[in-house]
Amino acid sequence: MKENILKAQHLSVSYKDHCVLEDISFEIEKGKIYSIIGPNGCGKTTLMKTISRNIKPKVGKVLLNDQNIFKTNTKIVSQKMAVLSQNNNSIADVTVKNLVHYGRYSHQKWWESTNDGDKEIIEWALDKTGLTAYANRKVNTLSGGERQRAWIAMAIAQKPEILLLDEPTTYLDICHQLEIMTLIKRLNQEENITIVMVLHDINHAARYSDKLIVIHDRKIVQIGDPWEVLESNVLHDVFRVEAEITKDQEINKPIFYAKRVVNE
Amino acid sequence: MENKIVFRDKPFYKVFILITLAIMCSVLFIVGNVKGTIPVSISQIFEILWSHDTSADSMIIWNIRLPRMILAALVGINLALSGAILQGVMNNPLADPSIIGISSGAGLFGIFILVIFPEYQAFVPLAAFAGAMLAATMIYLLSWKDGIQPTRVILAGVAVSALFGAGISGTLVFFSDRVHGALTFMNGSLSSRSWPEVQTILPYTIIGLVLAILFSKRLNILILGDDIARGLGLNVERTRLELTALAALLAASAVSVVGLLGFVGLIVPHSIRLIMGNDYKFLIPGSALLGAALVMGSDTFARTIFSPTEIPVGIVMAVLGVPFFLFLLRR
Repeated sequence: MKENILKAQHLSVSYKDHCVLEDISFEIEKGKIYSIIGPNGCGKTTLMKTISRNIKPKVGKVLLNDQNIFKTNTKIVSQKMAVLSQNNNSIADVTVKNLVHYGRYSHQKWWESTNDGDKEIIEWALDKTGLTAYANRKVNTLSGGERQRAWIAMAIAQKPEILLLDEPTTYLDICHQLEIMTLIKRLNQEENITIVMVLHDINHAARYSDKLIVIHDRKIVQIGDPWEVLESNVLHDVFRVEAEITKDQEINKPIFYAKRVVNE
Repeated sequence: MENKIVFRDKPFYKVFILITLAIMCSVLFIVGNVKGTIPVSISQIFEILWSHDTSADSMIIWNIRLPRMILAALVGINLALSGAILQGVMNNPLADPSIIGISSGAGLFGIFILVIFPEYQAFVPLAAFAGAMLAATMIYLLSWKDGIQPTRVILAGVAVSALFGAGISGTLVFFSDRVHGALTFMNGSLSSRSWPEVQTILPYTIIGLVLAILFSKRLNILILGDDIARGLGLNVERTRLELTALAALLAASAVSVVGLLGFVGLIVPHSIRLIMGNDYKFLIPGSALLGAALVMGSDTFARTIFSPTEIPVGIVMAVLGVPFFLFLLRR
C-alpha cells in the first residue's frame, strides 16, 4: 500500500511583500527518491528550506507522518528527518568522526553522552559512506567529494526515515558527482531512506529519481516519473530550451540533451 | 594524509593542557599573594592561612591580597567564558563583550545606578545585566537579516558600543560632582576590591561555569550554522537566546565589580582555540583557566611593576595580551 511520509499542503512563502512560493502542495511517498528541478530563482531552495522548517511559510503546513513539523518538538522531527543544506560554510574544524557524532544529538538527552548504541551507529554511518579510513581526519582537510560524504554520514547518523538534500553535487567534478548520486541511491535502496533533493542537473534527476517535481515561477507545474516529465513539453517552457530526449539503453531512463535556447 | 589521530586531537593532550593551565593558575595565585609592597614569603602565607592571627602580614593577606586574587580569577573566568560563548553564538571570531558593546551596556546601567541612585548600590549587578541584555538585543535587532552575518554583527556591535560609551561619558559630565565612585569603574581596576565584591560575583561565576559546560554540546552544534543545527534537532532561536543571556550575565557581573576590562574575552578563547581547537567541551574549561590565570598575572604585574604606584590592570592586559595574541596569530 502507498504510504506518504511527507505532505506539503498549500504552502505560500513570501519575503516582505515579495511572494516566493505560491500554494504549493505535494505528497512524498515513503521509500522513493524525489528530485525537485526548475530554473534559477524559481523557489527550489526556498521550498527545501520550508519543508526542512528553516523558513516558516505564511500559509500552509508541512506534515511529517501526519504531524505538523512547525508544531512538533524540533528534536522529535530530527529523529525522523535529516537535512543537508546547500553551502556548509562552517569552519568544520572537527574530525569526521566528531561531525558524524553530532548526528546523534537529537537522540540524546542533554545530560547523556555517547553510548554504545550511538557508537555503533556512528561506525555504521562511516562505513556506509566509505569514510571509515578518514574518521580521524579534520573535515576541512578533505576534498569536496569526501567532505560531502562526511556531511551525509552526519545526516544518516540521525537514522532518519527521510533525507532532504539541497544540491548535493554542486561544486563537485563529474566523478564525485556520480559517487554522491550512487551513494544516495544506495542509501535509498539498502536503508529504505526516502530522499527528497534539489538537483541542478536534469539528467541526474532523471537517472536517479523515481519522481520529478518541476517548479517554475513560484508554482509546481508538474509531478511525475522521469519519462512522463521529460516527454511532456514542460521543460521546454520552464527552462526555455529545445532539447532532444533519448534513451539510456542500459537502464531505460531518459536522457535530456539541450540543443538551443528558445527565442520568443 | 593518513588516518592517524593527530597528536593535538588526542584527549590525552587536551587534558594535559588543562592540567598545565590549572598548575599555572595555582602558581600565579601564590605569586600574587607573595608579591606586593610588603613581601610575604610562601611559608608565611601558608602559616597565616592556617592560623588566622591578627599580625600585620595576616591582615594584608586576608583582607587585601587573598580576596583580590580570588576576585581576579573570578573576573577572568567570567570575561573569558562570555567571550567564548559570544564568539559561538554570534558566529563571529571578534565577538568580545567589550568590543561589541555588551560591557559598555552593562557599564552604562551600572554607572547610572552608582551616580544617580547611590543608595541602591546593591542593584548594580542587576542593572548591569539589564544593560548587557539591552546591548545584546540591540546588536541582534541591528544585525539580523535572514540570519546572523558576522560582518553585520561587528558593525552593529561597534555602533552599540559607541552609543553606550557616549551614554557613559554623558552621565559622567552631567553628574560630575559624583563621578568619583564611577571613575575606577571606567578603567577596569581591581584596586581596593575585597570580600564584598567576591561575594557579588562568585554565584554568577559558579552558575555561569556550570551552565557553560552543560551548553558546550549545543555550542558545538550551533557553530555548524543555523540550518544544519536546526536539521540536527537544535532549537536554534531558544539556544541562541539562552546563551546570549548567559554571556551577558557573565560579562555584566564582571563589569559590575571591576568595571570595564577589555581584551580578556577576545584573547583568552582564541589562545585556547589555537592551542586546543574549537571543541567547546575543552574550550570552556580551557578559557576559564586561562582567563583566571591572565587576570591574576596581569593584576600582580600591575600592582608590583611600579610599586608602590598601581596601574590599572586593563592597561597591563593590553600590553601583555596583545603581543601574545599576535604571536599566536602569526605562528
